[in-house]
Amino acid sequence: MSASFYVGALELTTGAVLVCAVMTLWRRQVRTIVTMLRLQGVSLALVAGVLAWHEHDLGLAITAALVLGVKGALVPWLLRRVIRLDPRSRETAPLINVPASLVSAAFLIVVSYVVCSKLTALAPSAASRLVPIGVATVLVGYFMLVTRRRSVSQIVGLLLVDNGIALVTFLLTAGVPLIVELGSTLDVLLVVVVLQVLVVNAGARHGSFDLDEMRELHD
Amino acid sequence: MTPAGSPLGYAIIASLLQVVLVALGGPLLMGLMAKVRARAEGRVGAPIRQPLRDLRKLMGKEGLRAHHSSVVLAVAPLVVLGSTTLAVAISPLVTTHPLLSASADLFVIVYLLLTGSVAMALAGLDTGTAFGGMGSSRAITIGALAEPALLVAVIALSIQARTSNLPAIVADTITHPVWSSTPTRLLALVALVIVVIAETGRLPVDNPNTHLELTMIHEAMTLEYAGSDLGLVTLGAAMRLGLLFALLMNLFVPWGVATGHTMLALPAAVMFLTLKASLLAVVVSLIEVHSAKLRLFRIPELLAGGFVLAVLAVITQLVAR
Repeated sequence: MSASFYVGALELTTGAVLVCAVMTLWRRQVRTIVTMLRLQGVSLALVAGVLAWHEHDLGLAITAALVLGVKGALVPWLLRRVIRLDPRSRETAPLINVPASLVSAAFLIVVSYVVCSKLTALAPSAASRLVPIGVATVLVGYFMLVTRRRSVSQIVGLLLVDNGIALVTFLLTAGVPLIVELGSTLDVLLVVVVLQVLVVNAGARHGSFDLDEMRELHD
Repeated sequence: MTPAGSPLGYAIIASLLQVVLVALGGPLLMGLMAKVRARAEGRVGAPIRQPLRDLRKLMGKEGLRAHHSSVVLAVAPLVVLGSTTLAVAISPLVTTHPLLSASADLFVIVYLLLTGSVAMALAGLDTGTAFGGMGSSRAITIGALAEPALLVAVIALSIQARTSNLPAIVADTITHPVWSSTPTRLLALVALVIVVIAETGRLPVDNPNTHLELTMIHEAMTLEYAGSDLGLVTLGAAMRLGLLFALLMNLFVPWGVATGHTMLALPAAVMFLTLKASLLAVVVSLIEVHSAKLRLFRIPELLAGGFVLAVLAVITQLVAR
């Protein structure tokens, strides 16, 4: 693979991860948000694939396949089932309105660029220069986690954070040992499975998935 | 990157050509969009040259103005048309060496177009009708929201080319074809498409075909105009559409723009530009067929999205540099 093609492909796939993160804040329909999450998982797998190709790293290639399977297919499929079980979670219920959250996302992206420029100056390479994009994905994920009410949206926020962390690991270290990656990916899968069980049970008992309302029931 | 050796005669002819092309092409683009829309909806539709006929009819009519209107109402169409014509003349549409190309900065073009918008908004307020004021307020709100996205998106392009001079950006893109597929370009393209749709009042933002008082924006401001004044305002709006479409295409797909100083390259450049702008018009009107008008309160969401994409374009450019 030629050097310029490698850099171009890496930039394009890494950029796609962050664009998908922003799109999850932009769109209202949870189905679209889950689609964006799937695209993000696919882009993340492509980032790992491009790096694996460039470094001739078999472990990273296996990781890429794993990411594609879990984050690109399995998790979105499970989330989609959750949405089907709960007709009320079709639209998001943000605490902060969409324009304000988009402007905040822009601010977070700029912050991550400013903060990470020191970090990337330590070891400048084609991959490590893109670290701010990974950090921005993490921050956007946290923002979503904080400002969304429905449990499905919060899970999406958590997955964004996880994808961002995975992106930073890929870019900085060209992948952690396979066993660690396996552990973290399965962890995310477990979270989504738990959510599904929770949604099914909570739906059967209260008929609501709004986390604020659940807390009120507890009192 | 000033065209120091650029012969004056060539620049004058190229600029005149651009003005004529956009003055004729803008209305034709509108006609084309209406035609594509009609065909997609299963109607025959008006002929493509219908907007030009309408303009000729309007120009032949007597200009009537409301009794208590001030000079603003009379001057606004001329300001709209004048500022747009100047922007068209100095933009890199057919050639990268038009008249005054050294001053065709992105800020100059943006604020020339803004001058026209402000004149239109003042004219809407001038007669004191309820609809005019409503239209002006909406148009300025949308304009103010589209402005940051527009500027930030073009700044992303100018970081790449290391100049904010539009002809230079277009010329540099021709010499670096790889630039067209970088993430920065793609993000800035999406942001600019959103801005252009908002600025030209196309469908998800404003429906140019209705006069429904609850939703209209541009039509509300022109409601008090009649006859030749209305013709000038409509021509100004059509030229603005033509300019924005042509500029958008040239910034991202610049091939076909004449870069030298030979007159022989101009006819081919005109052909390419017509082709590119028509292609964009067809795509935009096909999008329009499949989209409903957004609620007015959802428009900030759309434009904020465009703004974030533009910021992303800048950051990816800074990161990748």
